[in-house]
Amino acid sequence: MSILDILKYPDPRLKNPSEPVTAFDEPLQTLIADLEETMRAGPGGVGIAAPQVGECVRVVMVDVSSKPKIKHHGCLILVNPEITAWDGYAVAREGCMSVPDYTGNVIRAVNISLKAQNAVGDTQEYDMEGYEARAVQHEMDHLDGLLFLDRLVSRRHDLFRRKTYQKKAQ
Amino acid sequence: MKNWFMLTLVGQDQKGIVAQVTAALYQAGCNLGEASMLRLGGNFSMMLMVNTQAESAALEQLLQPITQTLGLHLHLDTIEGQLHQHQEADVRISVHGADRSGIVAQVTEALAAAGLNIVDLASDVAGSEGEPIYIMQIEGVATQGIDALQAALEPLKQAQEDEDIQVHIAQIETLMM
Repeated sequence: MSILDILKYPDPRLKNPSEPVTAFDEPLQTLIADLEETMRAGPGGVGIAAPQVGECVRVVMVDVSSKPKIKHHGCLILVNPEITAWDGYAVAREGCMSVPDYTGNVIRAVNISLKAQNAVGDTQEYDMEGYEARAVQHEMDHLDGLLFLDRLVSRRHDLFRRKTYQKKAQ
Repeated sequence: MKNWFMLTLVGQDQKGIVAQVTAALYQAGCNLGEASMLRLGGNFSMMLMVNTQAESAALEQLLQPITQTLGLHLHLDTIEGQLHQHQEADVRISVHGADRSGIVAQVTEALAAAGLNIVDLASDVAGSEGEPIYIMQIEGVATQGIDALQAALEPLKQAQEDEDIQVHIAQIETLMM
C-alpha cells in the first residue's frame, strides 16, 4: 500500500469524466487499498475518488464513521456508483483535498438511494442521509469531472436552514 | 512583486466602479489578492489586496483620474499579503431585532470575551423607515468552544422586552474530503 499524490486544482485531469470499471482484478484491489491509505492520510479523511489520484475510473471511497452521532455504513467502497433517488436538500460547507485552503457552501440532497458494486463486483444498494450522503455526492462529482467549486453558493447569503421551525416551549 | 497594499475605496454606488478600478490596476501590472466589495446604504465599498512593484504614491496617481471622475475616496495601507492561511470559521451567529443603538457592541463584546474571533460579519438595516430592523450574520472561530459563546449570550437573550434581540448560534461543520 502507498499514499498517492493528490491532484490539485487546476490540474486538468480533475475535469475528466472517469470510465466505468470492468475488471475486478488485482490492480483494482491495489488501487482501492492505496485510495484508503491516501484518504486516511488526508486532512479530513472522510472520502476520496480515484480521479483525485490521477486514475480516471469510477471508484470512490467514503468513511464518515469518525463523525460522532450520525448514521453511516462504515467504510464504503463504491465502484460504478449510481444515485437512484434523491430527497430533500441542504446547504453545508465542504472542503476538498484537491482544493487546499478553501471551503465553500454547497447544496446537496439530504437523502439518497445508491446502487454500486463493491471491490469484487457484487452489486449493493444503500439508503443514506446527511453527512454520508453529502460525502458520496461530493466524491461522485469527481467521477464526472466536477469539483465543489462548480456548485458553490454564496457564503454571505447562504441558506442555512434551521433544523426546526418551531420554537421550543420555554 | 514587492509591495502588498490594502486598497480601501468608498463612494456613491454607480455602474462600473469595479471594472474601471481593476482595469487600471491590471493595465499597470498589478496583481490582485483577496477582496470584499459590497453596496452599503447606497455607497459602494471595496477592500482589495493589491500586489505591485509600485509605491503608494504611484498607485494613487494611477487611480486618481477614476476616483475623481466617479467621486470616490481611496485609501492605501501597506500590508503583509498573508495568503493561503484561511482561518476556517466553526461557528455562525445570527442576530436580528428591532433596530436600536448598541446591538453590535453588546453582542460582539459578549462574544469576544467568550473567545470568538470574527472572520466575517455582514449586517443590514431592513424593514421600513418607521420600523427598521437590524439583521447581522457573524462567522468566526470559537477559540473557547461554542458553549462558552452560548453562555455569554444568555444575559442578552434575557434582556427587557423593548431591548429584545434574537440571537442564534450554530456550529459550522465543514465536511473535509
